[in-house]
Amino acid sequence: MTTDLGIWAVPLAVLGGALRVSTPFLFVSLGECVTEKSGRINLGLEGTLVFGAMAGYGGSLLTGSPWLGVLIAGLAGVLFGLMHGAVCSLPRVNDIAVGIAMMLLGTGVAFFFGKPLIQPAAPMLPAISFGGWSDVPQLRAALEVSPLFLIGILVAVLLAFMFKRTRLGLIIRMVGDSADAARAMGYPILPVRIGATAFGGFMAGVAGAYLSLYYPGSWNEHISSGQGLIAVALVIFARWNPIACFGAALLFGGAGALGPALQSVGVTSGYYLFYAAPYILTLVILFFTSSRNRALDGAPRELSITK
Amino acid sequence: MSEMQSTLPTSTIEARRRPFLGEVARRRLEAILIPLLALIIGLGLFGVFIALVGKSPEAFYYLVYRGGFGTWFSLQNTMTRTAPLLLTALCVALPAQLGLIVIGGEGAFVLGGLAAAATGTWLAGAPGVVGIAAMALAGMALGGLWIGAVGALRHYRGVNETISSLLMAYIAIALMQHFVEGPLRDPASLNKPSTPPLPGNFRIGDIPGMDVHWGFAVGVVACLVAGFVMSRTTFGFAARIAGGNARAAAVQGLPVGRLILAFTAAAGAAAGLAGVIDVAAVQGSANASLIAGYGYTGILIAFLARQNPLAIIPMALLIGGIEAAGGLVQRRMDLPDATVLVLQGILFVAILVSETLSGRLLPALGLTRKGAP
Amino acid sequence: MTMLPLNRRRFLMAGAALGASPLLMRVSPAAAASLTAGFIYVGPRDDFGYNQSHAEGAAAIKDMAGLTITEEENVAESDAVVKTMESMIQLDGASLLFPTSFGYYKPFVVDTAKQYPDVEFRHCGGLWTPKDPKNAGSYFGYIGTAQYICGIVAGHMTKSKRLGFVAAKPIPQVLMNINAYTLGARSVDPSIKTQVIFTGDWAMPVKEAEAVNALVDQGADVLTCHVDSPKVFVQTATGRGAFVSGYHTSQAPLAPQKYLTGAEWHWATVYKMFAEKALAGQPLPNFVRGGLAEDFVKISPYGPAVTEAARKQADAVKAEVMKGGYAVIKGPLKDNKGNTVVAAGKAYPETAIELETMDYLVEGVIGSTS
Repeated sequence: MTTDLGIWAVPLAVLGGALRVSTPFLFVSLGECVTEKSGRINLGLEGTLVFGAMAGYGGSLLTGSPWLGVLIAGLAGVLFGLMHGAVCSLPRVNDIAVGIAMMLLGTGVAFFFGKPLIQPAAPMLPAISFGGWSDVPQLRAALEVSPLFLIGILVAVLLAFMFKRTRLGLIIRMVGDSADAARAMGYPILPVRIGATAFGGFMAGVAGAYLSLYYPGSWNEHISSGQGLIAVALVIFARWNPIACFGAALLFGGAGALGPALQSVGVTSGYYLFYAAPYILTLVILFFTSSRNRALDGAPRELSITK
Repeated sequence: MSEMQSTLPTSTIEARRRPFLGEVARRRLEAILIPLLALIIGLGLFGVFIALVGKSPEAFYYLVYRGGFGTWFSLQNTMTRTAPLLLTALCVALPAQLGLIVIGGEGAFVLGGLAAAATGTWLAGAPGVVGIAAMALAGMALGGLWIGAVGALRHYRGVNETISSLLMAYIAIALMQHFVEGPLRDPASLNKPSTPPLPGNFRIGDIPGMDVHWGFAVGVVACLVAGFVMSRTTFGFAARIAGGNARAAAVQGLPVGRLILAFTAAAGAAAGLAGVIDVAAVQGSANASLIAGYGYTGILIAFLARQNPLAIIPMALLIGGIEAAGGLVQRRMDLPDATVLVLQGILFVAILVSETLSGRLLPALGLTRKGAP
Repeated sequence: MTMLPLNRRRFLMAGAALGASPLLMRVSPAAAASLTAGFIYVGPRDDFGYNQSHAEGAAAIKDMAGLTITEEENVAESDAVVKTMESMIQLDGASLLFPTSFGYYKPFVVDTAKQYPDVEFRHCGGLWTPKDPKNAGSYFGYIGTAQYICGIVAGHMTKSKRLGFVAAKPIPQVLMNINAYTLGARSVDPSIKTQVIFTGDWAMPVKEAEAVNALVDQGADVLTCHVDSPKVFVQTATGRGAFVSGYHTSQAPLAPQKYLTGAEWHWATVYKMFAEKALAGQPLPNFVRGGLAEDFVKISPYGPAVTEAARKQADAVKAEVMKGGYAVIKGPLKDNKGNTVVAAGKAYPETAIELETMDYLVEGVIGSTS
C-alpha cells in the first residue's frame, strides 16, 4: 500500500510541507509587500490573519461554501486594512505601533466571536492532485495542492509584473520611495497607501481562511503560530520582490516541516531546536543581507522600518 | 557618565532648559489630558461593543471595578498581575527612547527565568541573599545579552530590531524548552518537566502585610529609576536627543551606538529580571508555564504609557486590574475570556490615535495659543 | 503566615460580597446542603479534548439540587490560577474547587489550600501525597489500560503493521499511553511497530498536522494521539485515509467512518461522587483513582469499520479488565533499546505506583524519550 522511503522521507516531507505550510506565508507576505512598497508597514496582519481564520470558518459553516468563506475572510481583512490605513494617515501616528495594536484587537475580536465555532465542522476547501503520474503514494499525497497556493503563485507573478510594467505599480513605488516626488507629480499619497494596506489586509484574511479551511483545517485559538508576523520578516528578506516572497515562503514552510520529518526517520533528540530552525534561518539570512551603512536594496525609502 | 557629559554640546542643553514660556505647562497638561481623553473614549467605545453583543456595559465596568480595584483582595490581585508587566513594559519603553521598537521581551523573560533557575540550582546551600542576588544577576545578564544582541544587530548590521527581537523570542522559547526538558530537567519532575525546585531560602516572598510578592515593589522602583535617568541625567538627555534625530545626534558627537547597546541591554535586563522574579516568587522552578505572554502584554502597556517609564506604573495597574477582573467577567456575565483582549485592543488603538492630537488639543480648545509642534 | 489576619480578611470579603448582592445572582443564598463548586480549565472548554472532558463532567452535575457551578476557562498555570481560586472562594463563595490542569498543582494548589483550610481542593493528576494539606487531594484515571484496548483494535485494523502516535511531550503519562497502545497492538501481531512524533507542546495544530503527514508517509495506517485538542489530528489523519483512535473525548462525530474507537475520560463519575459527599457533609477522599472498572475512563463505541475479530478480542480483554487487577505492563518486557525493564514474572497492575515514573518506550516503539 505504501512504499518504504527510508531517508528520502525527509526531502519528501520538506517538499510536501513547503507546499502545505507555505501558503499563509505567501499570501501575507505578498499583501505586506504591496503595503510596504507604498511606504507603510502593517504588523497587524497577524491579527487580521487570525480574524480571517475565524471569519472564513464561520462563513463556510453558515453558507455551506468554503469559497464564500474565503471571500468573507478577505473582506474582513479589507476592513482591518482600511482601519490601519486610515488611522496611520493621521499625523504623528506610528504605523508599527498601530500594527501591534491591531494585532491585539484582531486576535481579541476573533477569539471573542470564535467561541461557538470551535466545535462544529465547516466544509473544507478542495485540493487539486498533481501526483497522478506517480506510483508512490507519499509523493501523490505531497502533491495534493490547494487551489489557493496556485492563486498565490499567480498573484506573485501579477504583482511582479504590476510593479515593473504598469502605471499603478509605478505610482505605488513612487509613493513609497518619495512622497514629495509623488506629490509633485500630482499622485494622491494617502489613498494609495490606504488602498495598499487594504490589499494587504485582504491577503492576510485569505491566508487565515487557508489555515482554518484547508491546512490544518480547523478553527481554534492556537491556529496561528505567528505566521502573520513572520511573513512581515519574510518580505524584508525577499527584498520587496513578489517572486522572492514566493521563494521565502516555500523555504520557511519547508523548514517548518523538517522537525516532524526528522523524527519520523529516527532523529529524535533536540526537536525543540529543529522546530526553531525556520526562525534561526530567517535571522541568519537577515544578518547576512543587511548592512550598516546602506539601506537595503529595493527598500521603499519612505518605509519607517528601514530608515 | 562624566565622559558622556563632556560629549554633550552645552548649547543644546541651554536650548532645552530655556523653553518658550508656557510651552512646558502646555506639554505637561497635554501629556495627561490627551491619554486620559483617549482612555475615556476607548472605554466608551468598548461599552458600545458590549451593548451591541447584548450585555450591560454598566455591569461590565462595575465588575472590572470590583474585580480589579474595588476591594483589598481585588487590589492585591491587580498588583500581583502587574508585577511582571512593569518590567516587561520597560523592555519596550527603554529602547523606544531611542526610537527603537523592540517587541521580543518575551524571549528575555523566559531566558531570565531559565538563568535564574539554573543559577539557583547550582548555588543550592548558599545563603539566601547570595543566591537571590546571583539569580537576579544571571537573569539580568542573559536577558540583557539577548536584547542587547538585538541592539547590536541593529547598530552594526542594520537589522531591523522589531523583526529580529521577534525572531529571537521564538528562538529563546525553544532554547528554554530544550533546556527544561533536556539538560536542566529535574528527573523528579515527572509529568510537568521543570528544573529542580529552588531551595526555599532562594524564594522571594510577599511584601509584609500584603498578599503581593516583592516583584511588584521591584517593578515600581525600576520604573522610578528609569524615569529619573531619562528626565534628570545627561545620559537620559543624550538618549532623548538621539531618539529625536539619530543623525543629528551623531553629527553632534553623541555615541549613538553605545546608547543603543546600553538601552537595549538595560531593556533585556528588565525583562530578564521579570523572569527571575516569576521563577523565584511564583513558579519555584523554570518550566513551560513561564511562557505566559507577559512580554507581549508589556508592549501594550509601554505604548499606553506613551513610552514614559513613570506612566508605565498607572497603565500597568490599569491593565493588571482589567486582567484581574477578567475571570469575574467570565463567570458572572457569561462573556468569553477574550473580552479582555478586545478591551485592551480598543484602548491601544485609542491611545495611538490620540497621538495625533498632541500640540493641537489645547489650541483647539482655545486654552493656549498655538505652539510649535 | 498566621491564620488570624487571613480570617479577618476573608470575613471582610464575605461582607463586601454580600453588599454587592444584585450582581451575585448566581450565588445561591446560604441554605442547608448548598454548595458552590468551581471548575478551572487551562484552555477552551469546547476543544474536543482534555478541557472538554472536564467541562462535560461539570455539566453532568450542574443540575444536582443544592449545587451551584462556577467555571473559568483559559486560566494560565501561574499566579493567575491562585487568584482565580481565591476569587471563586471570596467572591463566589465556592467551597469545593477543581483546578483541572496538571500544572496547577505545585506550587499553586498546594499553597492556596494551606491558605484556605476550610475549602476543599481536588486536583486532576494524582499528585497528592500525605505530606500535602488535608483539604487538598487528587483524582485521576487509569487511561493507559483503555489505550491498551484501543491498541488491540488498532492491531487488528492495521494492514501496514505500522501505527502512528502524535504526542506532545515525553512525560510518564504520555509514555504509558504510547506503551500500552503498542503492547495492545503487539498482542494481536508482534510484528507491529508504533512510530511516535513529539510536537513539543500541548496545542500546536500545524505541527500536529505535519506530524500526521510524516507518520502516514512512513506507512502508518492507524493513528492516535496525546495532545490537548485532537480535532486537527483526527481531521488530518482521516483526510489522509488513515484510521484513527481518539483521546480525551469521543471525536467520532468528526470522522464517523474512520474513527475506530478511543480512550475517553469520564469525569462525571468523579465529580458526582465528590459533590454528593460534599452536599451530605461527609469528608472527601484525598486520593481517588480508577479505571474502566470504576467508570473513571471509558472506551468510545466501536466505529463501523471495526471488524468482528477486533471487537471480540477487545471486548474479551475489557471483560478481564473489569474484574480488576489486570496488568498491561508485565514481564518479561524490553524497552526499545533492548534493555529489560520488567523482569519475567513481575507484573504491574494499573494501580502500581511504579508506572507513575515510566521513563522508557517499549520494544516496538520507534522513537526516543529525549
